[in-house]
Amino acid sequence: MYNEVIMAGFGGQGVLLIGKLLAYAGMKQGKQVTWMPAYGPEMRGGTCNCTVVLSDKPVGSPLSQRPHGLIVLNLPSLDKFESAVRPGGTIVVNTTLINRLPQRTDINVVPVAANDIAIEAGTAKAANMVALGAFLGATGLVSVEQIKGVLAEVFASRPKLIPLNEVALTRGFEVGQAEAAASAAR
Amino acid sequence: MAKKLMKGCEAIGEAAIQAGCRLFFGYPITPQNEIPEYLSLRLPQVGGTFVQAESEVAAINMLYGASGAGCRVFTSSSSPGISLMAEGLSYIAGAELPVVVVNIMRGGPGLGGILPSQSDYFQATKGGGHGDYRLLVLAPSTVQEAADLTMEAFDLADHYRNPVMIVADGLIGQMMEPVEFRVGTSPEDLPEKPWATTGAQGRQPNIINSLFLAPTALEAHNWKLYAKYQEMKKHIKYELYNADGGCQILVVAYGSVARITRTAIDILAEKGIKVGLFRPITLFPYPADALLQAIEQTEQVFVTELSTGQMLEDVKAIVGERRPVSFYGRVGGMVMGAEELAEQIEKQVTGAAGPQGS
Repeated sequence: MYNEVIMAGFGGQGVLLIGKLLAYAGMKQGKQVTWMPAYGPEMRGGTCNCTVVLSDKPVGSPLSQRPHGLIVLNLPSLDKFESAVRPGGTIVVNTTLINRLPQRTDINVVPVAANDIAIEAGTAKAANMVALGAFLGATGLVSVEQIKGVLAEVFASRPKLIPLNEVALTRGFEVGQAEAAASAAR
Repeated sequence: MAKKLMKGCEAIGEAAIQAGCRLFFGYPITPQNEIPEYLSLRLPQVGGTFVQAESEVAAINMLYGASGAGCRVFTSSSSPGISLMAEGLSYIAGAELPVVVVNIMRGGPGLGGILPSQSDYFQATKGGGHGDYRLLVLAPSTVQEAADLTMEAFDLADHYRNPVMIVADGLIGQMMEPVEFRVGTSPEDLPEKPWATTGAQGRQPNIINSLFLAPTALEAHNWKLYAKYQEMKKHIKYELYNADGGCQILVVAYGSVARITRTAIDILAEKGIKVGLFRPITLFPYPADALLQAIEQTEQVFVTELSTGQMLEDVKAIVGERRPVSFYGRVGGMVMGAEELAEQIEKQVTGAAGPQGS
């Protein structure tokens, strides 16, 4: 197993956090993992992204030119990374903020109204969790239970945030699973 | 201790504490600020002292003083800051004091940029400051190795009474990976330093100095230092990957680039191209004998680094005419992708490339 995932959005949308959750959960599942933030000047005000690699053997490059998975929370991120995704890979698109779908036909597209679903769950701030949930629902890369376990650790000092984030994660997961089932049927 | 997911910079900071170091003097600079940030929190918790100095020049001289007093002491900086410390490092090397210095390299010259670079190879391995001195230089390739080498660096510095430098870049510093710390040491359990200036009551005074006005005395001192640098060869470290049973091309790379090379090697293996990796872990002393042995089993050598060809000069000097040596470098904070590097290596194997920079 070897998987590169890029998560991207505006600064403040929480892409670094969902990357950490994915890496942490992967580590707990016995995978070799790396988490690499883009730390260049582009972080200020512009788009923000991180790369997570999960593998059965020690990870080489922590950067990715050809990711297997992509989670995009805003349009500039889709524009930037769409062409990089490997054929057969998966793109999760936050359709609340992105008014187009990927043009490519050789990839799995998982549209999810991440902000809308997060607002229903209690706060738009959890849109990142919805998107991560959708990605896991579609790819099964790590178990959603593992993410929930990690979530409890990461939010240990603010436990009241845990249920809300769990709900957002679960809603997203259901969307991702349904999309994967629908595209398998097509 | 259980495995934790940590940034390279934080792991270096924690490793210094685990090694029994309780003093940090430094000045902020990107991309290594997570080291002082982490230590400013952690050192007070363990009874240590964190000082943000007024400049790098001040910080390195604080190291000089603390080390002279027999304490384990540590600083970190990035390229321009290391240049400011170069004078102090020369004095520390001349006075034979153990200190550990981390350089999370960024693109230069001058202020350059903040993104990953390996363009301080010359500065780290050939001296950096004035005078005939060397640092023992270690180059980690993973967060785990950054932690392990940081702990080891303090022992090596004490053993040789010489500054030890750890060179990495923002890729290693900013990346998170699982890390596990080996059992640490407390400052009380460290070996005595009978040479330290700890107060001369009841004994002859110790003198720590780098001034040798008599040329005969300075010459003797220079040769003594030289002998010490030769002895450091005992602690040479390197790693081979995919080189068993020979390879079509042997890539020489260190630090972050070595791990990108591993991915490139795996990509080329799927195409049936056998590529090996020789990764020096000590950059000074350089694992020259091991490299000579490794090239026996390959047709050609390929050096890749984040500079216009600094380690390349050492590799060429070692390999000589024995094998052709080609080169691929990215600079300015640009980092080669694994696919990009694989393509460059493949071109050399198939003879389709005009080598860069040679």
